[in-house]
Amino acid sequence: MSPAGALTYNQMVVIELTDAEIDLVFHALADSTRRSIVTRVIDHEQSVSALASQYLMSFAAIQKHVAVLERASLVTKQRRGRERIVHGNPDMLAAAARLLDSYEQLWRERITRIDDILREPHGKD
Amino acid sequence: MPTITSEKDVDALTMTFTAHFDASVERVWQVWEDPRQLERWWGPPDYPATFERLELTPDGTALYYMTGPDGEKIWGRWTVTHVDRPNRLEFEDGFADADGNPDTSIDTTVSVITLESVDGGTRMTLLSQFPNLETLQQMVEMGMVEGMTGALAQIDAILAA
Repeated sequence: MSPAGALTYNQMVVIELTDAEIDLVFHALADSTRRSIVTRVIDHEQSVSALASQYLMSFAAIQKHVAVLERASLVTKQRRGRERIVHGNPDMLAAAARLLDSYEQLWRERITRIDDILREPHGKD
Repeated sequence: MPTITSEKDVDALTMTFTAHFDASVERVWQVWEDPRQLERWWGPPDYPATFERLELTPDGTALYYMTGPDGEKIWGRWTVTHVDRPNRLEFEDGFADADGNPDTSIDTTVSVITLESVDGGTRMTLLSQFPNLETLQQMVEMGMVEGMTGALAQIDAILAA
């Protein structure tokens, strides 16, 4: 059970994001408007102006939010005619989901151990 | 095996976990309250946890370390924010240095544990709220030694056969 083995396993299972990328994702998702934009464009692609029409915010403000999400790779932007179409990037959200899966596994194993303790005859502890 | 359900919210970075144990609420509370029992399950077999301090009181703290196979120690620290024995425990789960000082470079995770009497057993609900992805990653890496030990032990066994 070498530390090198531990490192390899972590890198395989956990995530392939650098610290800088994680910071960008964190910063991007820390804002409720941006989380809401991500949810909308993951569902289906939308133009920046279509997005802006759904918020009580200026087009410029929404454009700034989209730019923050774009830098964090949570969304991508594509020019289509005069429109800028925003797509969600499920890979980045999948990275967050994978982390939660790993955390879930950690607790499943803890719960199994708690259950083992509870099944011992009384008075043993 | 206890019944386990979980719900994850990727956007909000929360996880809610529910497990049903065939034991009384008082008995399940003991696995949290008694440091000797807690350290039998908090860390995995190859990274056992040792609780130096465990104060399940308002503003109480818990201080523990997990010891790896190479003797490496990972320090953790809880700050208890609310306790209603034997039904509810809320604490901020964080990291510490070897002197037990909180490691402020990593944000804490809010953990809320509730125990309810259901069908003659106990339903334990755990809510974890991560402040950000980086903290979640740190928590997972700290816990990941468990998955690793299991998987690598199996490989070792196969290689030894």
